[in-house]
Amino acid sequence: MLNSSLKQLSALLAQKEISSVELTCEFLKRIKALNPNYNAFITINEEMSLAQARNADAIIASGDAHPLTGIPIAQKDIFCTKGWLTTCGSKMLSNFISPYDAGVIEHFNKIGAVNIGKTNMDEFAMGSSNETSFYGPVKNPWNIATVPGGSSGGSACAVAARMAPAATGTDTGGSIRQPAALCGVSGIKPTYGLVSRYGMIAFASSLDQGGPIAKSAADLALMLNVMVGFDPRDSTTLQREKEDYTHDLGKPLDGLRIGLPREYFVKEMSDDVARAVEAAITEYRKLGAKTVEISLPNTKLSIPVYYVLAPAEASSNLSRFDGVRYGYRAPKYTDLNDMYQKSRAQGFGAEVKRRILIGTYVLSHGYYDAYYIQAQKLRRLIAQDFIEAFKQCDIIMGPTSPTTAFSLGEKSNDPLRMYLSDAYTIATNLAGLPGMSIPAGFGNEGKPVGLHIIGNYFSEAQMLNVAYQYQQVMDWHAQMPFTQ
Amino acid sequence: MQWEIVVGLEVHTQLSTKSKIFSGASTIFGALPNAQACLIDIGFPGVLPVLNRDAVERAIKFGLAVGATINPVSIFARKNYFYPDLPKGYQISQYELPVVQGGSIKIQAGHYGSEHNKNIRLTRAHLEEDAGKSLHEDFDSVTGIDFNRAGTPLLEIVSEPDMRSSSEAIAFAKTLHSLVRWIGICDGNMQEGSFRCDANVSIRRLGENTLGTRREIKNLNSFRFLQQAIDYEAQWQIDTLESGGKIQQATVLFDSSKRETRVMRNKENAQDYRYFPDPDLLPLEISQKWIEQINNSMPELPMQRSCRFMAHDTTSYADALREQFGTKPETNPDILIKQSCHMATVNDIHKIYALSAYDAAMLTADITTADYFEEVVKIVGNTHAKLCANWVVGEIITRLNQESKIIVVSLISAQQLAGLLLRIVDGTISGKTAKDVLNDMWNSMDGVTADAIIETKNLKQVSSKEEIERIIDEIFFTNPRQVSDYRNGKVKAFNFFFGQVMKATTGKANPAQVKKILAEKLIA
Amino acid sequence: MSLSLDDVKRVANLARIEVGEDEARATLAQLTGIFSLIEQMQAVDTSAIKPMSHPQDAVQRLRDDVVTETDQHKLFQSIAPQVEARFYLVPKVIE
Repeated sequence: MLNSSLKQLSALLAQKEISSVELTCEFLKRIKALNPNYNAFITINEEMSLAQARNADAIIASGDAHPLTGIPIAQKDIFCTKGWLTTCGSKMLSNFISPYDAGVIEHFNKIGAVNIGKTNMDEFAMGSSNETSFYGPVKNPWNIATVPGGSSGGSACAVAARMAPAATGTDTGGSIRQPAALCGVSGIKPTYGLVSRYGMIAFASSLDQGGPIAKSAADLALMLNVMVGFDPRDSTTLQREKEDYTHDLGKPLDGLRIGLPREYFVKEMSDDVARAVEAAITEYRKLGAKTVEISLPNTKLSIPVYYVLAPAEASSNLSRFDGVRYGYRAPKYTDLNDMYQKSRAQGFGAEVKRRILIGTYVLSHGYYDAYYIQAQKLRRLIAQDFIEAFKQCDIIMGPTSPTTAFSLGEKSNDPLRMYLSDAYTIATNLAGLPGMSIPAGFGNEGKPVGLHIIGNYFSEAQMLNVAYQYQQVMDWHAQMPFTQ
Repeated sequence: MQWEIVVGLEVHTQLSTKSKIFSGASTIFGALPNAQACLIDIGFPGVLPVLNRDAVERAIKFGLAVGATINPVSIFARKNYFYPDLPKGYQISQYELPVVQGGSIKIQAGHYGSEHNKNIRLTRAHLEEDAGKSLHEDFDSVTGIDFNRAGTPLLEIVSEPDMRSSSEAIAFAKTLHSLVRWIGICDGNMQEGSFRCDANVSIRRLGENTLGTRREIKNLNSFRFLQQAIDYEAQWQIDTLESGGKIQQATVLFDSSKRETRVMRNKENAQDYRYFPDPDLLPLEISQKWIEQINNSMPELPMQRSCRFMAHDTTSYADALREQFGTKPETNPDILIKQSCHMATVNDIHKIYALSAYDAAMLTADITTADYFEEVVKIVGNTHAKLCANWVVGEIITRLNQESKIIVVSLISAQQLAGLLLRIVDGTISGKTAKDVLNDMWNSMDGVTADAIIETKNLKQVSSKEEIERIIDEIFFTNPRQVSDYRNGKVKAFNFFFGQVMKATTGKANPAQVKKILAEKLIA
Repeated sequence: MSLSLDDVKRVANLARIEVGEDEARATLAQLTGIFSLIEQMQAVDTSAIKPMSHPQDAVQRLRDDVVTETDQHKLFQSIAPQVEARFYLVPKVIE
């Protein structure tokens, strides 16, 4: 059952082979056993999860079930969840019981899915290794000496270690795709504007996008069907006709043009990753796809542009954490200013503070044009590269991450090196394009490698099918780590 | 040395929408603390702003009323600073591209009789959210924060430094205050903070062209404080420069009890607001079609109405409009009026009253007064417009001012006043008696009609010729000596007879008629 | 543009984050490294490019002016650091 697809679990529930309560208990039991080693969850609330499961069983009994009714889903702790501690991986929100539900949470509640727990994450989603969490690092289930990636490391770990059938994540610069790659699971960041950001604690508003992490492309499609949707409370969500993301699954890939960016296949990519990615592409050729070399000339500027824009937006987004209305307030202070200074110095971790300082600096008087405006102009160039590229191909492929999972502590004191691990994923956030990572085998020491799939705007259904076809002929996604 | 005072104003007007600019919380004033502060207003993690259409519509109305450009695309920006009543650590405002740009407002400054007209240019008007309120006095060692006001829509109206005295600044503020209420975008309640002024004040030697260093006086919540603060600040700057000092750019607060300004922050510790486009809000697009729709629903503006009230005929009306609103090539008065005014005016072309500039100004000080006046004229008749104006200005407005009331709560309805004036027109009562009737109406508060008072108090003027002749004959009969005196050249005796007749009719006789008949009879 | 220790302190103050002297020095070293990466942006001539603040070429949607919220101060203030008589409390603000 641990390896069952969402479709299979749904069938078991529908046929009353198992109840949602039993399924929920099963996963709760596994979380209790494994989480002490992996630290994938910040909050487990058996009582609330089981209440939802009982409710789901009633819905199933009444015959009104949705494909995901009664299925336990792990929620990234960035989504405000009513009555649940919602920490965003920060000491700042270590006492924050959310009084409301995020749009995404509402969608899951509406169809009767079960919240199995809130997953660990890099503090305010700022990190690529899950080491910036106030709640301690998450371990990669394939090798507990290595990181799971970040920032949705808890969600990726939970799915990889089969502590949850599927999970939610958010992706600002690769935070769904990079941990999915490092943990050997599948994840998709949809086109910006498809998933509501309401109640998703903001890191960088113009880049943040929620999406699912699951075992397979087929599962991701079912998750997207729940997560995507216009939300009148988010001015940046798009009013589009509801799409069934499973509708393309099964279409043959004959004639599919896969673009391979010259700039992605460079020396920064480690040999084992290169080998796995090339093997995957060979597999795609067998499935009928053609490859074309394309160029994304400005993509090399993604990291500098991102590390101006994301911190700038973050510095402003995180100003609301001031110890006045909610969250952490320093125990001792002399006056108002001291209260602000100490609450924020103590409530935020080092990486968050670093990014707030970068962001404050690039927006400050005299630097705005040279940094912020210049970065926004380059952002346009980066986005235009993709528009050009998609005239020559249907889909773009490359590695998700330049290396497999690195060791805990290896980069945590070297922010610059850490930032480079997002080199391949950031450009899609800047352009607002959908991006996806699926397991493509293993590199050295048996560590998973992710294949990065970038689609054109709103081509999620096609991307999912591209991944699905591969997962019909290869079984990397079905492999699970030896858990303990 | 001769100094020139230079003033520019920034006015924060709270827009009278039902809900807040970015949330669905109520904006009603006076709720219990934090009762009207929703997740968005308090700035909870994860919440997002969605723009209120009516707030935008009010900004467009203002732009149209002052002849400004409505930007087809405007941008919301974040103004970042920390303050306990600013929930998100930034205020959503507009910076580089405001919704309204340019425009101007005509003011009449100076004292009655020596006033001058002046055009004050506007720089811009932009939409933003209000902050919460800090209560410093109610708690011992802490400050209490109420977020009810947070998120109330504001239109910040910024003028050019075109004013040269505190009285011009007051005239501008009052004209603006009247205008925003006139077009129904702000309730103008200054006690409740719906209309708040900041004044930028600098001085320079008379004849100089460059501006001096300015200091900004924050949060002036009454016209009186605005005047006092500017006067004090200008004098302080003059004294400082004359004693060899220099003016440092600064933001200052006006202490109304001590009547002085005090520095809040100077240029060195000026805030670095780090403005940048708010990524949670998309560009605000305003279509020409939307602007036209709003334009068609605009009321006739004070200046247009004043022109109409003063006009003698359509030609003079068109001339006045042409002068007020700039020369237009159009010469056909009907078309010009149509172009210059909004649809509402076109139906009003025949409603011209040939009033004096003073009456027109008084009657267009606010829209309720103007409506009240026209309601009265409608009943009494266009030919008696001057009479109506005299009574509305001389009686109603004067009485209301004495009792510090506004016309909305006038104790006498337009119908009541018109009913009274009709009795003057048809000669039933004299103007003097009418004032007594008005007194009764004012004090009775139950909407009693003039006719009812005239009837009960038997105030009807004696105007039958036979009746007056009969009374005169009686008086002649009892006073034969005075009759012969008059006829022998003692013309002063006329006043004696007039007084006798008025006495006999207890003042109800029409004086003009009495004089006429009396003269005829004495000659005979 | 090279970052100074004063820049770090100025920015930390703007962001209301207390930094000690040692911390400021360490931060300076890290930020200097990050900014050396960021400086790569300056090599590109972007004079003809329009800044892109948003991934979508969409315009702001407008809400109807309707009151939808009710008084929930009890719920919201249940997680506040300090409240009294419906007010949020902060150390005395001196203007």
